[in-house]
Parts: sequence; C-alpha cells; structure tokens
Amino acid sequence: MSRGALVKGPDARGRFGGYGGRFIPETLMAAVEELEVAFDAAQRDDGFRRDFESLSRTFSGRPTPIYRADRLSQRAGGATLWLKREDLCHTGAHKINNALGQVLLARRMGKRRIIAETGAGQHGVAVATVCAKFGLDSEVYMGVDDMARQAINVDKMRLLGATVTPVDSGSKTLKDATNEAIRDWVTNVRTTHYIIGSAVGPHPYPVMVREFQSVIGREARDQMLAETGRLPTVVVACVGGGSNAIGIFAPFYDDPVRLIGVEAAGRGLRSGAHAASILAGRPGVLHGSFSYLLQDGDGQVLATHSISAGLDYPGVGPEHAFLHDARRAEYVSVTDQQALSAFHETSRLEGIIPALESSHAIAYAMTLAAELATDDIVLINLSGRGDKDLDIVRGAAGV
Amino acid sequence: MFARLRAERRLALIAYLTVGYPKLALTPALVEAAAGAGAEAIELGIPFSDPLADGRTIQATSQLALKAGVTVAHALEAAKAARARTEVPLLFMTYLNPILAFGLDRFCRAAHEAGVDGLIVPDLPPTESADLRKTADNAGVDLVFFVAPTSSEAGIEAACRAATGFIYCIAVTGVTGARAQLDPAVLPLIQLVRRHTALPVVVGFGISRPEHLAALEGKADGAIVASALLDAIAQGPDDATARVREFLTGLRPPP
Repeated sequence: MSRGALVKGPDARGRFGGYGGRFIPETLMAAVEELEVAFDAAQRDDGFRRDFESLSRTFSGRPTPIYRADRLSQRAGGATLWLKREDLCHTGAHKINNALGQVLLARRMGKRRIIAETGAGQHGVAVATVCAKFGLDSEVYMGVDDMARQAINVDKMRLLGATVTPVDSGSKTLKDATNEAIRDWVTNVRTTHYIIGSAVGPHPYPVMVREFQSVIGREARDQMLAETGRLPTVVVACVGGGSNAIGIFAPFYDDPVRLIGVEAAGRGLRSGAHAASILAGRPGVLHGSFSYLLQDGDGQVLATHSISAGLDYPGVGPEHAFLHDARRAEYVSVTDQQALSAFHETSRLEGIIPALESSHAIAYAMTLAAELATDDIVLINLSGRGDKDLDIVRGAAGV
Repeated sequence: MFARLRAERRLALIAYLTVGYPKLALTPALVEAAAGAGAEAIELGIPFSDPLADGRTIQATSQLALKAGVTVAHALEAAKAARARTEVPLLFMTYLNPILAFGLDRFCRAAHEAGVDGLIVPDLPPTESADLRKTADNAGVDLVFFVAPTSSEAGIEAACRAATGFIYCIAVTGVTGARAQLDPAVLPLIQLVRRHTALPVVVGFGISRPEHLAALEGKADGAIVASALLDAIAQGPDDATARVREFLTGLRPPP
C-alpha cells in the first residue's frame, strides 16, 4: 500500500475507505466547513507550523525521548521493548499535542471560547492548560462517574481556570460527555470551538487530530534510527478513540513495520463489559462519523466498561476502522487485569508509573515480545503517566 | 396536506410524539388525540440512545422509552396502528444509526407499508444522504432536510435540492426544547429558503406558545411543536390523551 494512499487520505468527503464522513446536524455544518478551510490553510502556513513546533518544544516539552526498557524486556523474555515517553509531555500525556494545535487554530478563526469532552481527564487538563496559556475561556464536559474516578484531574482543570461541567445522562462517561459537548457546540457555535480529544468526530477532526499527533511517530521513527540504526519490528499503542495510536502509526505506514492497536477488553470480550469497538462492534454512526461501534441489534449504542476511563468509549476513529479492514494494522485486546499487572510491573521494574490506558499497550507488547526473536524490537507508545490512576489501582487491589 | 392548507392560507400544526412515551400502548391513541385536537401532521420520534440534536425533554422521553424496551419494530407497529385510526400524515424522526442497523431499504419499505409518509433524520446532512434519498424515493417516502440560522447559502441550496416533502427550518441556534421567545430572525430565514424552493417551509425547535404560532401564521407553511407537548404530557402521564388535547387546543383554539 502506498504511503500516499493512506497518509494523504481521507478523500474530499472525509472518508478513509468507506469510513468517516460528516454526520452532523445542519446547525454545525458551516462551522465544520470553516474549520476545514482554516485547517487546510494552517497546514500550508509556515508561520502556523513554526508556532506549533516552537510551543511544542518550549511549552509541551518536546521532543519526548524513547527509552529502552531492559528489565521489562527481560521479564517478557524475547524482543527488546522500547517506550516512547509521551508521559513526559507537559500535563502528562500526548493529549497536549492536539490541544495545542487546535487552540492555535481556534485563535486563527477568532474563536474565544473553547469546549471539550474528557474521559480520563487528560484531554480536559491539556485543553484547560493551553487555554490558560492563551487566556481563552474553557468549559470541559465530563461524566459524573469519570469525575469520581479521576478526581485529581477535575481539581487540576479547575485550578487552571476551566469550568468543569458534570454530565449525568446515559452512561455518565465519555460518550455522554461528548453528546453534551456537541449540544453546547450546536448552541454556541458562532463563538465557540469544540476541541475533540481523539481521532473521532466529523471530518476534518480525525485527520486534524492525526496530523497534530503524528509528531509522536515522526520523532519516534527518527529516534529509533538514531539509537538502534533500524526501525522497530512492531509498534504497539492502546486504542480508545485512537489518537495516540494514529499519531505513532501514521509515520510508519510506508515502512515494513507491524502496527498493533490494543483495545480494552474490560472484564473479557464475552462478558459484554468491555470497550473493544473494532473487535466486537460493527460499523455505525456516532458523534459525526461512520466507524466501528458497539451497538445492539437495533442500532442503540451500548454501555461500555474499562478500568481505564480514557478507553471507555463505544466508538473508534474512522482511520483505525480503515486500517483494520485494509489489514495495515492489527487490533487485539487486553483485559482490566492484564493492564493492571502491566501497570505494576512497569512501575516496579522500570521506575515509570504508566497510565492505565498505556498499560494496555504494555501488557500486549510483553506477551508479543515473548513470541518474537531476541533481535526484534517492539516500540510501545507510553501515551500517559499513571498518577491520575492511583485511586483506581488502590481500589482494584482491595477487590 | 400543505397544498390544502396553503389554499386556506393556514399554518399547519405538526405535533411530535416520542414513540413509547409515556407508554408504547398509548402511542396510537395519542396520535389520534393530537389529530383530533388540530394537528395536521404527526412526527413520531423513534428513540435513540444518543440524541445529540435534542435537549433535556426529548433526551428524557427517549431514555424512558428505551428503558421500557421500545425498538424500531415497535415504532413501525405503532405507526401502523395509528394509521388504522386516522388519515393524518405521519413522519418518522430518528437518528441515522437505528435506520442503518435496520437496513436502509428494509426500513423505508416497512415505513411506507406502515403508512408513514416521510422521514426526518437530524444527523444526516444532504452531503451524506445519497443512499437514503434513493431508498426513500424508491419506497415512496419523503425525506426532509434542515436549514438552520447558521446555514450558508450553499447549505440552504443543498437542503432545498435534496428535500422532498418539506424543508425543516430550525428556529434557534441550539438543540430542541421549549423556549419562551421565538427569534424573529427566523422570518428572513424563511424568505431566504423560499428563494430556493417551492416546497413548504416548516419551522421547529423551541415552538411552545400560541404567540409563536401567531408570529408564523402567513409566513411559514407549518410549525412543529415537540418538547412543549411532551412537557405537557409529563405533567400528567396517566391521563396523556387528555393532556395532548388540552395542550394542542390551548396552543391553537379550533377554528
């Protein structure tokens, strides 16, 4: 498959293969078209790129290093594990890359108010942070269940000056926070830019989020070549909506490198309590795009479960749906328990406390490494740090 | 429907009901009651788990209906039962995913067989509508499109080109839900739409009071009342048919 076919995608209608598109109320159409025009212009504008790169360096702390996890590799037995340290970004996760890019874009469009949805709170904190830096109003929608399990991030957002609005409808998690953010946007679209936190939503969001996040893969690719003289055998990343995964995958599309996305199997795919959209869902429309979706036979969106709030979402970015069908990427799943084990092992063996989301990628990579040869390299996107998860981990230990 | 009303120079009143609210068994009777109380068409909302264009009221009625187990098949049965009781035009309103899950072709044919005249799908813009337009057309079901206060001229043109039945003119920048005021900016929007189409123009979102209808009389071809009607039912769900009659006759006294 040619690099152009994938990396230059989506097509003019925002389709990756058959996936993606723009399924939104008419009230939002003009705003989304304006966003597409502004994004296209920004991409061609050297000034915009310079601002994004300069702030990525001085504010977000890029480039993040790659790190050879020797003791974790030894424990897994087999291939060598490397970690792309997105946990070292300002605010503790890759989410800042997208928040920064979209806030710069919102400023270009003259929008002074920013809204966002958040699950784990990492995207919300990143948005609140960049808005504080630029003096913009921000309002973050968060499910009440997520506010309880990620309370530290709620405190951080408020400290940064954001309004955190509880969402108590439906599942009280990320899906319903997204519904509520979209309703706010429908109402305030003239003054407000909506920063979607993952590679989901109507065109141009999935491609825009990929472009802002692909700094992860570009850096990692160069760093692997510099450190090891070769490309990794496999790249592994967790997938909820899929922004950290698409960000590290995209720059490797043209290379002979396996790409593996790890979905949340929760209490197991057969339990029904999981968030594995690609493995257990079928295509449908939610939040503006056509992609794999966990739904019942009647097209109603199903409740999901994952120990990690950031993966607890019934949909997935349309580009992942395409990569899956085109067999350019493989999708697997990891349970809550497996992720917890990886969380503890990474903490103890490497001195790095990973986010529960990223722990899914680590868990799968360790299983995979055991099946590979000793000279193989597995690059894991360590998308965020785990301090936010200490309450959950403490609770899980007591169960 | 609209031709006759236009000849009479009257605004058509369209009543929205969520299928299965307050109870599935009541839906056909509520349709009949609404028609008897002056509604010239009925919009039947098929509940969806994630109604992102809807405000609190329709979110709540949809959630209740879904909790009670209401399905697309139930909505088709309810429409059929309503059609057996009254000749009033019926429209389905639902989001795209339940239609996709049922199958576009199967859904449109079943809707037609149940006596449904048109479809309204708020998360389907004209640009994504080619497949459903074709299947709805084949089945003989109208497909309505929206214009909003934020629509570009090109967006209005696209809606007018794609629509059959009527154009749904959104009165507010926002989600559904009763509002105290009708934004007068809707009147020039109606005029703008008329430059692009001969189809009837129907106004919805926020319509809840007699003075809203009075302001649209002679300007629009119809007005949709949804959340305010459901709010009225919620005041006394045990006596829902009486509530529907009372609210609609209060909204516009019979001529």
